[in-house]
Amino acid sequence: MRHAQRVTVGVVAIVLSVVIFLVPFAFILLQTFKNPGEAGLLNINLPSHWQFVENLKEVLAADNGVIWRALINSTTLTVVSVAIMVVFSAMVGYVLQRRKSRINAWANFFILAGLIVPPAVVPTIWVLQGLHLFKTLPGMILIEATFGLSFCILLFRAFVSTIPKELDEAAIIDGAGPIRLFFTVVLPLLRPVMITVVVVQSVAVFNDFTGPLYFLPGDDNATVQLTLYNFQSQSLSQYNLLFMDILLITIPPLIMYLFFNRQIVAGMTSGAIKG
Amino acid sequence: MTTTTTALIPDDVLPARAPSGARRRRMKSMYPSWFYIPAAALFLVFFAMPTFASFYFAFTRWSLFAHTFIGWANFVEFFQDPQLTTGFINTFIYGFVTSAAKVVLGLALAVLLTSPVLGRGYLRAVVFFPVLVSTIGVGLTFKALLDPFHGLINGVLKNVFGITGPGWLTDPHMALLTVAAVDVWKGVGIATLIFIAGIVAVPQEYFEAARVDGAGSWAIFRRITLPLSRPAMGTVIILSLIGGLRSFDLIYAMTQGGPGFSSDVIASVIYKQYQAGFFGLSTAGNVILFVVVTAIMIPVSRLLNGKGAEEE
Repeated sequence: MRHAQRVTVGVVAIVLSVVIFLVPFAFILLQTFKNPGEAGLLNINLPSHWQFVENLKEVLAADNGVIWRALINSTTLTVVSVAIMVVFSAMVGYVLQRRKSRINAWANFFILAGLIVPPAVVPTIWVLQGLHLFKTLPGMILIEATFGLSFCILLFRAFVSTIPKELDEAAIIDGAGPIRLFFTVVLPLLRPVMITVVVVQSVAVFNDFTGPLYFLPGDDNATVQLTLYNFQSQSLSQYNLLFMDILLITIPPLIMYLFFNRQIVAGMTSGAIKG
Repeated sequence: MTTTTTALIPDDVLPARAPSGARRRRMKSMYPSWFYIPAAALFLVFFAMPTFASFYFAFTRWSLFAHTFIGWANFVEFFQDPQLTTGFINTFIYGFVTSAAKVVLGLALAVLLTSPVLGRGYLRAVVFFPVLVSTIGVGLTFKALLDPFHGLINGVLKNVFGITGPGWLTDPHMALLTVAAVDVWKGVGIATLIFIAGIVAVPQEYFEAARVDGAGSWAIFRRITLPLSRPAMGTVIILSLIGGLRSFDLIYAMTQGGPGFSSDVIASVIYKQYQAGFFGLSTAGNVILFVVVTAIMIPVSRLLNGKGAEEE
């Protein structure tokens, strides 16, 4: 691209991006500084009185501090379910890629089914009730882990194919057993794609609304996404608190992204998308 | 599961002179089938079992504690009740509109963002940023921005352009497409990222060779970028179509299926029937969603993968 063209296209794109993408975020941020009355007007005028800290305190104290509980719940849910997802699906992706057997066809079928088929909601509740896991955090963790498996396995399988098999052979000659081979040789090599999986799935689980809505109802087990809905339904005059809550619960995914930004694309390019 | 007898072969059988068959078996035992078991257990209990059960419970009147078999009554109700039928049609519209828009915009953005454009790093970050915000957060924010009387968007239309903006979410003819547009705003970053990964994977020599041969940007795009980013295209279409057909949370946050039932999709109907305690009818909705998604995805993925690319 010639220099002038580069600059023109760039400037147009930047202006458009500000209008389309940044204004909504500026709007969210601005409301968190306002009093309830001004926030309720939903405009982007500057507040007459800046009260960010007051709003923050009020959100954190609302409903006996439900948001703290929600943050702890959501964090636990995310960390544990993603950990399960990563280890289990790395094991499957690895064996599936390395070992050709009759199981492969079945495994591929189930992976595709898991990706495509919408989970049957009420029957899942029925299963959870049968296992006494309905409305419990462990139940929700297992559900999130299950729903994420397919996507993770696909990424791991694609990535394992880029690891030379000679490495396995060398480890075997050195006397490693299958478990040592996997956990000490293969798993560390999966790091790039593991970062992609962890970031993508953490954001997905942390931001999941539908799962907790169905499988984890009730205030004791509230997740951060459910607190959003409470602020909205309580009263229309609490827009400042609603947007403060949105801001608060966007911070964890944002931090994650800022840390791993480069690795996400690297993980995807290094195998996942090549097909 | 296959037998584990191969693991019993003592290590000293292995040395150089061991027949290749034994060696292959030895290699195979290094990739034990039981590695499948943890994932398979989760999958069977929390995914396969409920899915199979839904094919039974969809034919019942069900209270979670007791159920009576009522045959096709739930399905008949689903397809006779005009409100539920709307949800059925809307699912298709929503799925195809969001998916098509994400493919076109995602590809365009990816081409732009892989070229040496001014402010590339900033643009990449900003396009991806909405992906990080929860769908409910995005939904509630845009509900405020799109408010017909106070909302920022109609305010700008009125004060800057002198147009009276429509009732984005309150006009039954617009609500569904408005939500779809917000869905695209939120999700286009993922599509762009996948396309970028696909384009970056194309060897640079192809572009250089084309440029040497005197190809213009359009020719390069049509003859090189487009065909060679086909795997990425397939991924984007499949992911966004599945997501769009199943979509629930954005619709729930922005319109709750309203006004009336004009923006209901199957997934929101499922939730409403569940909330009302009609578990059988809700499950029938699930089965219908299952059939719809599968019926669309099988030909689409065949088409995209050519001759079973999944199997290598």
